[in-house]
Amino acid sequence: MATNPHDWLNEHGDYLYRFALARLRDPHQAEDVVQETLLAAIKNPNFAEQSSPRTWLTGILKHKIIDCMRKQVRETAVSELLSEEDANMDDFFDDTGHWAEKPQVWDIPHDALQQTQFLKVLQQCMERLPQKLAAIFTMRDVDEMDNEEICKELEITTTNAWVMLYRARMGLRKCLEIHW
Amino acid sequence: MLSCKQTSLLVSQSLDRPLTWRERWAVRVHLLICVYCRRFTQQLKLIRRYMERWQQQVAEGEDIQLSLAARERITQQLDKFY
Repeated sequence: MATNPHDWLNEHGDYLYRFALARLRDPHQAEDVVQETLLAAIKNPNFAEQSSPRTWLTGILKHKIIDCMRKQVRETAVSELLSEEDANMDDFFDDTGHWAEKPQVWDIPHDALQQTQFLKVLQQCMERLPQKLAAIFTMRDVDEMDNEEICKELEITTTNAWVMLYRARMGLRKCLEIHW
Repeated sequence: MLSCKQTSLLVSQSLDRPLTWRERWAVRVHLLICVYCRRFTQQLKLIRRYMERWQQQVAEGEDIQLSLAARERITQQLDKFY
Protein backbone atom coordinates (compact mmCIF):
# COMPACT_ATOMS: atom_id res chain seq x y z
CA MET A 1 0.00 0.00 0.00
CA ALA A 2 1.65 3.18 -1.14
CA THR A 3 1.13 6.11 1.15
CA ASN A 4 2.13 9.69 0.81
CA PRO A 5 3.74 11.50 3.78
CA HIS A 6 1.36 14.41 3.28
CA ASP A 7 -1.52 11.99 3.83
CA TRP A 8 0.12 10.99 7.10
CA LEU A 9 0.09 14.58 8.22
CA ASN A 10 -3.56 14.97 7.25
CA GLU A 11 -4.77 11.67 8.63
CA HIS A 12 -2.57 11.17 11.67
CA GLY A 13 -1.05 14.58 12.41
CA ASP A 14 -3.64 15.60 15.00
CA TYR A 15 -3.55 12.21 16.69
CA LEU A 16 0.25 12.28 16.91
CA TYR A 17 0.12 15.82 18.23
CA ARG A 18 -2.36 14.89 20.98
CA PHE A 19 -0.25 11.88 21.89
CA ALA A 20 2.85 14.06 22.22
CA LEU A 21 1.04 16.89 24.00
CA ALA A 22 -0.27 14.55 26.68
CA ARG A 23 3.29 13.58 27.50
CA LEU A 24 5.31 16.73 26.96
CA ARG A 25 2.58 19.26 27.83
CA ASP A 26 4.39 21.95 25.87
CA PRO A 27 2.68 22.69 22.51
CA HIS A 28 5.91 23.76 20.82
CA GLN A 29 7.83 20.68 21.90
CA ALA A 30 4.86 18.54 20.85
CA GLU A 31 4.81 20.12 17.37
CA ASP A 32 8.55 19.61 17.05
CA VAL A 33 8.44 15.91 17.86
CA VAL A 34 5.58 15.39 15.39
CA GLN A 35 7.68 17.05 12.70
CA GLU A 36 10.75 14.99 13.62
CA THR A 37 8.64 11.85 13.54
CA LEU A 38 7.28 12.49 10.06
CA LEU A 39 10.74 13.38 8.76
CA ALA A 40 12.24 10.25 10.27
CA ALA A 41 9.41 8.24 8.74
CA ILE A 42 10.06 9.61 5.25
CA LYS A 43 13.73 8.82 5.48
CA ASN A 44 12.95 5.24 6.35
CA PRO A 45 13.24 3.24 3.13
CA ASN A 46 10.39 0.94 4.16
CA PHE A 47 7.85 3.67 4.69
CA ALA A 48 5.66 2.69 1.75
CA GLU A 49 5.28 -0.85 3.01
CA GLN A 50 3.73 -0.05 6.36
CA SER A 51 0.26 -1.54 6.53
CA SER A 52 -0.72 0.48 9.58
CA PRO A 53 0.95 3.88 9.31
CA ARG A 54 -0.60 5.14 12.56
CA THR A 55 0.86 2.36 14.69
CA TRP A 56 4.18 2.65 12.95
CA LEU A 57 4.30 6.44 13.29
CA THR A 58 3.28 6.25 16.95
CA GLY A 59 6.18 3.87 17.56
CA ILE A 60 8.62 6.39 16.09
CA LEU A 61 6.95 9.21 18.01
CA LYS A 62 7.42 7.41 21.34
CA HIS A 63 11.16 7.36 20.81
CA LYS A 64 11.22 11.04 19.86
CA ILE A 65 9.26 11.88 23.01
CA ILE A 66 11.65 9.93 25.22
CA ASP A 67 14.61 11.74 23.57
CA CYS A 68 12.94 15.01 24.43
CA MET A 69 12.28 13.98 28.04
CA ARG A 70 15.84 12.74 28.40
CA LYS A 71 17.01 16.17 27.40
CA GLN A 72 14.74 17.76 30.01
CA VAL A 73 16.13 15.51 32.72
CA ARG A 74 19.74 15.74 31.57
CA GLU A 75 19.70 19.49 31.64
CA THR A 76 19.75 19.10 35.40
CA ALA A 77 22.55 17.17 37.06
CA VAL A 78 21.33 14.28 39.19
CA SER A 79 22.98 15.67 42.31
CA GLU A 80 20.99 18.81 41.76
CA LEU A 81 17.84 16.83 41.06
CA LEU A 82 18.03 15.23 44.42
CA SER A 83 19.15 18.16 46.51
CA GLU A 84 17.01 20.89 45.00
CA GLU A 85 13.79 19.83 46.60
CA ASP A 86 15.11 18.37 49.79
CA ALA A 87 14.06 21.46 51.65
CA ASN A 88 10.54 21.09 50.29
CA MET A 89 10.42 17.41 51.19
CA ASP A 90 11.27 18.15 54.78
CA ASP A 91 8.29 20.47 54.87
CA PHE A 92 6.00 17.48 54.44
CA PHE A 93 7.05 15.87 57.73
CA ASP A 94 8.20 17.07 61.13
CA ASP A 95 11.39 15.94 62.87
CA THR A 96 9.72 12.84 64.25
CA GLY A 97 8.53 11.68 60.82
CA HIS A 98 4.88 12.68 61.37
CA TRP A 99 2.87 14.57 58.77
CA ALA A 100 3.53 18.29 59.14
CA GLU A 101 0.21 18.92 57.43
CA LYS A 102 -2.10 15.97 57.86
CA PRO A 103 -3.68 14.67 54.65
CA GLN A 104 -7.29 15.86 54.50
CA VAL A 105 -10.35 14.03 53.28
CA TRP A 106 -10.96 14.62 49.57
CA ASP A 107 -14.34 14.60 47.89
CA ILE A 108 -14.17 11.63 45.58
CA PRO A 109 -15.30 12.87 42.15
CA HIS A 110 -18.63 11.13 41.46
CA ASP A 111 -20.46 12.56 38.49
CA ALA A 112 -19.07 13.46 35.10
CA LEU A 113 -18.84 17.14 35.93
CA GLN A 114 -16.78 16.56 39.07
CA GLN A 115 -14.56 14.12 37.22
CA THR A 116 -13.87 16.70 34.54
CA GLN A 117 -13.09 19.29 37.19
CA PHE A 118 -10.76 16.94 39.02
CA LEU A 119 -8.91 16.22 35.76
CA LYS A 120 -8.54 19.93 35.12
CA VAL A 121 -6.99 20.51 38.56
CA LEU A 122 -4.72 17.50 38.08
CA GLN A 123 -3.50 18.91 34.77
CA GLN A 124 -2.81 22.29 36.33
CA CYS A 125 -0.90 20.61 39.14
CA MET A 126 1.18 18.63 36.62
CA GLU A 127 2.13 21.92 34.99
CA ARG A 128 3.42 23.24 38.30
CA LEU A 129 5.61 20.22 38.89
CA PRO A 130 9.30 20.75 38.03
CA GLN A 131 9.62 19.60 34.42
CA LYS A 132 11.99 16.73 35.11
CA LEU A 133 9.70 15.32 37.78
CA ALA A 134 6.74 15.65 35.45
CA ALA A 135 8.72 13.83 32.73
CA ILE A 136 9.59 10.81 34.84
CA PHE A 137 6.11 10.68 36.37
CA THR A 138 4.59 10.69 32.87
CA MET A 139 6.80 7.81 31.78
CA ARG A 140 5.68 5.82 34.78
CA ASP A 141 2.00 6.63 35.14
CA VAL A 142 0.97 7.58 31.61
CA ASP A 143 3.13 5.27 29.51
CA GLU A 144 3.36 2.63 32.21
CA MET A 145 7.02 2.07 31.52
CA ASP A 146 8.68 -0.10 34.15
CA ASN A 147 11.43 1.23 36.34
CA GLU A 148 14.15 -0.61 34.50
CA GLU A 149 13.19 1.02 31.19
CA ILE A 150 12.93 4.45 32.78
CA CYS A 151 16.36 4.14 34.40
CA LYS A 152 17.89 2.97 31.15
CA GLU A 153 16.34 5.78 29.12
CA LEU A 154 17.20 8.51 31.60
CA GLU A 155 20.49 7.00 32.76
CA ILE A 156 19.65 7.27 36.42
CA THR A 157 19.78 4.70 39.20
CA THR A 158 16.74 2.79 40.41
CA THR A 159 16.93 4.53 43.77
CA ASN A 160 16.97 7.93 42.10
CA ALA A 161 13.95 6.96 40.04
CA TRP A 162 11.98 5.92 43.15
CA VAL A 163 12.88 9.11 44.94
CA MET A 164 11.93 11.27 41.95
CA LEU A 165 8.61 9.47 41.52
CA TYR A 166 7.94 9.89 45.23
CA ARG A 167 8.65 13.62 44.99
CA ALA A 168 6.41 13.93 41.96
CA ARG A 169 3.53 12.22 43.79
CA MET A 170 4.06 14.22 46.97
CA GLY A 171 4.07 17.44 44.96
CA LEU A 172 0.97 16.52 42.98
CA ARG A 173 -0.91 15.38 46.07
CA LYS A 174 -0.10 18.56 47.93
CA CYS A 175 -1.20 20.70 45.00
CA LEU A 176 -4.47 18.74 44.65
CA GLU A 177 -5.11 19.05 48.36
CA ILE A 178 -4.95 22.82 48.09
CA HIS A 179 -6.84 23.24 44.83
CA TRP A 180 -9.31 20.36 44.70
CA MET B 1 7.20 0.69 63.79
CA LEU B 2 7.36 2.82 60.63
CA SER B 3 6.96 6.58 60.76
CA CYS B 4 4.53 8.35 58.42
CA LYS B 5 7.49 9.55 56.38
CA GLN B 6 8.82 6.02 55.89
CA THR B 7 5.33 4.71 55.19
CA SER B 8 4.62 7.33 52.52
CA LEU B 9 7.86 6.44 50.75
CA LEU B 10 7.00 2.73 50.75
CA VAL B 11 3.43 3.36 49.61
CA SER B 12 4.79 5.36 46.69
CA GLN B 13 7.30 2.61 45.88
CA SER B 14 4.58 -0.01 46.00
CA LEU B 15 3.27 1.64 42.81
CA ASP B 16 6.66 1.12 41.15
CA ARG B 17 7.96 -2.20 42.44
CA PRO B 18 6.71 -5.18 44.42
CA LEU B 19 7.43 -4.61 48.11
CA THR B 20 9.09 -7.38 50.12
CA TRP B 21 6.77 -9.19 52.49
CA ARG B 22 8.44 -7.46 55.44
CA GLU B 23 7.79 -4.05 53.90
CA ARG B 24 4.20 -4.99 53.03
CA TRP B 25 3.60 -6.16 56.57
CA ALA B 26 5.12 -3.02 58.10
CA VAL B 27 3.04 -0.77 55.84
CA ARG B 28 -0.13 -2.71 56.60
CA VAL B 29 0.40 -2.40 60.37
CA HIS B 30 1.02 1.32 60.07
CA LEU B 31 -2.05 1.85 57.87
CA LEU B 32 -4.22 0.04 60.43
CA ILE B 33 -3.53 2.68 63.02
CA CYS B 34 -2.91 5.79 60.89
CA VAL B 35 -5.86 7.42 59.17
CA TYR B 36 -3.65 10.05 57.49
CA CYS B 37 -1.47 7.51 55.74
CA ARG B 38 -4.63 5.62 54.72
CA ARG B 39 -5.92 8.80 53.11
CA PHE B 40 -2.55 9.37 51.48
CA THR B 41 -2.62 5.86 49.99
CA GLN B 42 -6.13 6.32 48.59
CA GLN B 43 -5.18 9.68 47.13
CA LEU B 44 -2.11 8.30 45.32
CA LYS B 45 -4.31 5.61 43.79
CA LEU B 46 -6.87 8.21 42.74
CA ILE B 47 -4.12 10.25 41.07
CA ARG B 48 -2.93 7.20 39.17
CA ARG B 49 -6.46 6.39 37.94
CA TYR B 50 -6.96 9.93 36.72
CA MET B 51 -3.60 10.03 34.97
CA GLU B 52 -4.84 7.10 32.87
CA ARG B 53 -8.13 8.83 32.19
CA TRP B 54 -6.39 12.04 31.20
CA GLN B 55 -4.26 10.12 28.77
CA GLN B 56 -7.35 8.51 27.23
CA GLN B 57 -9.11 11.85 26.98
CA VAL B 58 -6.20 13.48 25.20
CA ALA B 59 -5.92 10.60 22.73
CA GLU B 60 -9.62 10.87 21.88
CA GLY B 61 -10.07 14.62 22.19
CA GLU B 62 -10.95 15.79 18.70
CA ASP B 63 -10.81 19.40 19.82
CA ILE B 64 -7.03 19.41 20.23
CA GLN B 65 -5.39 19.88 16.84
CA LEU B 66 -2.12 20.90 15.29
CA SER B 67 -2.13 24.64 14.68
CA LEU B 68 -2.30 25.82 11.07
CA ALA B 69 1.14 27.39 11.41
CA ALA B 70 2.66 24.13 12.62
CA ARG B 71 0.91 22.19 9.86
CA GLU B 72 2.26 24.61 7.29
CA ARG B 73 5.78 24.37 8.70
CA ILE B 74 5.75 20.58 8.75
CA THR B 75 4.41 20.47 5.18
CA GLN B 76 7.31 22.63 4.03
CA GLN B 77 9.80 20.34 5.76
CA LEU B 78 8.20 17.27 4.20
CA ASP B 79 8.34 18.88 0.75
CA LYS B 80 12.11 19.05 1.00
CA PHE B 81 12.29 15.29 1.17
CA TYR B 82 9.35 14.07 -0.82
